[in-house]
Amino acid sequence: MTAAGPATVPVTAALALGDDALVLSHRLGEWAGHAPVLEEEVALANIALDLLGQARVLLSLAGDEDELAFLREERSFRNLQLVEQPNGDFAHTIARQLYFSTYQHLLHAELAAGDGPFAPLAAKAVKEVAYHRDHAEQWTLRLGDGTETSHERMRRACDALWRFTGELFQPVEGLDVDWADLESRWVESVTRVLGRATLTVPEGPRTGAWSAGAGRQGVHTESFGRMLAEMQHLHRSHPGASW
Amino acid sequence: MVTAAAQGTARPEADGARNTAGDDSEHQHAFDAAVAADERIEPRDWMPDAYRATLVRQIAQHAHSEIIGMQPEANWITRAPSLRRKAILMAKVQDEAGHGLYLYSAAETLGTGRDELLDKLHSGRQKYSSIFNYPTLTWADVGAIGWLVDGAAITNQVPLCRCSYGPYARAMVRICKEESFHQRQGYELLLALSRGTPEQHAMAQDAVDRWWWPSLMMFGPPDDESQHSAQSMAWKIKRHSNDELRQRFVDICVPQAESLGLTLPDPDLKWNEERGHHDFGRIDWTEFWEVLKGNGPCNEQRLTQRRSAHDEGAWVREAAAAHAARHSGGTEAARHRTTGAERA
Repeated sequence: MTAAGPATVPVTAALALGDDALVLSHRLGEWAGHAPVLEEEVALANIALDLLGQARVLLSLAGDEDELAFLREERSFRNLQLVEQPNGDFAHTIARQLYFSTYQHLLHAELAAGDGPFAPLAAKAVKEVAYHRDHAEQWTLRLGDGTETSHERMRRACDALWRFTGELFQPVEGLDVDWADLESRWVESVTRVLGRATLTVPEGPRTGAWSAGAGRQGVHTESFGRMLAEMQHLHRSHPGASW
Repeated sequence: MVTAAAQGTARPEADGARNTAGDDSEHQHAFDAAVAADERIEPRDWMPDAYRATLVRQIAQHAHSEIIGMQPEANWITRAPSLRRKAILMAKVQDEAGHGLYLYSAAETLGTGRDELLDKLHSGRQKYSSIFNYPTLTWADVGAIGWLVDGAAITNQVPLCRCSYGPYARAMVRICKEESFHQRQGYELLLALSRGTPEQHAMAQDAVDRWWWPSLMMFGPPDDESQHSAQSMAWKIKRHSNDELRQRFVDICVPQAESLGLTLPDPDLKWNEERGHHDFGRIDWTEFWEVLKGNGPCNEQRLTQRRSAHDEGAWVREAAAAHAARHSGGTEAARHRTTGAERA
């Protein structure tokens, strides 16, 4: 690590990346016991565990991992709105995975190639995320190019989440990334996968009317508050306790 | 893999997955000799139909227990009080799904596929361990399940690593390694609570009070009332009686409870110098049979969730099958069947 120690780590960026991983891991954890097939119980838990591991490293760079996860209010979380979206049906979960893991893979590959404070973490994460992206891609192909029902469900899911994808490329303070280039490579990659899955790229806008980049500023969607209420309840009920 | 035949006891192979009519007495003799010599029976070996049926029933019940057992613990994933505990719990629930996979595969080597077994679970024709019909009411229940329920499961399952049927025995070796990890994690979770705030200590004690007796019931009815035990012992599917294993478990737990600083809810529990074991109180077998019959606190809930996950996932499995048929160079007929099913 060229820039060791928490003092030199850009806290905003550690929180942004850490919260993305923490929140998506939580959402995927909600699938436990509900997956459509036993192999997916294993796969979704595996992805959730990778993300939780990344979150723990990143949040620890910004402070105490448990204080940050369990004692912050909703408006202090810096994750993208995309990752907090409810699981929906399996197609929605896969569309969310496709959009996010494609982004995360491109971003971590870039961070790993640089010499910034996130390079060591990104070098490890990029290998994990390559599998997440592959998993999402394979399921996008199966659902898009499966049955009429699955095609329609996958189309609806991709459409519904499309408006949360613009935010992915809002620059994050402390990350030395060419965001416009990242975005064009993301669009290219997602377009290619959707095409192979016989799906078309959604036509709607990629940001909400008033909320572009809002997640990174601590503005979230309604379901996020309930997610946090569940996640934080036990920890907050026993102030100062160790677990 | 060294089959029993390769080890020296010449044994005929079965013709296909099921026995065919023929001179079964010769086959039976070779089978009995292999079991007596502690050799492993492998999938292609001849075996009595009743042996096969017993194994399928037992392995299926075990597999079902793994996947139903995910539910009471998954109940706490989203509320785990620290990120470290959350990671441990998620990994544990994932392991259980993995155990389900190994076990359904072991059953498949006996000619019964996963779909058929899941169908029997969903329709109530096959059981899972009754312990999972109890609710997880607090975070400490996650620890109590690890310490007591996984502890009881290990006591039951370690001897299965020497079970006469090869694929089951090998699956159990791996499962037991992971289960013993889970058991230690449960113990450690309870220890943290027991040594924590008064509220945390009380939470741990309450969980142990609720889980102790159901854990003792996991070993099954007393030996003189156990329906399948004698034959399974003779076939070396089972190696110790229910009561022997239950006693072993009690003897292991007593000193562990002391180290945890928690009490076991049994006033009759005491060391018996003469027997060299702990005596313990009478188990309420009425409760056991009632829960088994479907009258436990969560029987309906567990099965409903399982069925709904399966039903709601049907379109996903159909899509995967249709996609595979279309892209694996499947026949034209297969493609037509898929689109036909799709329209139906």
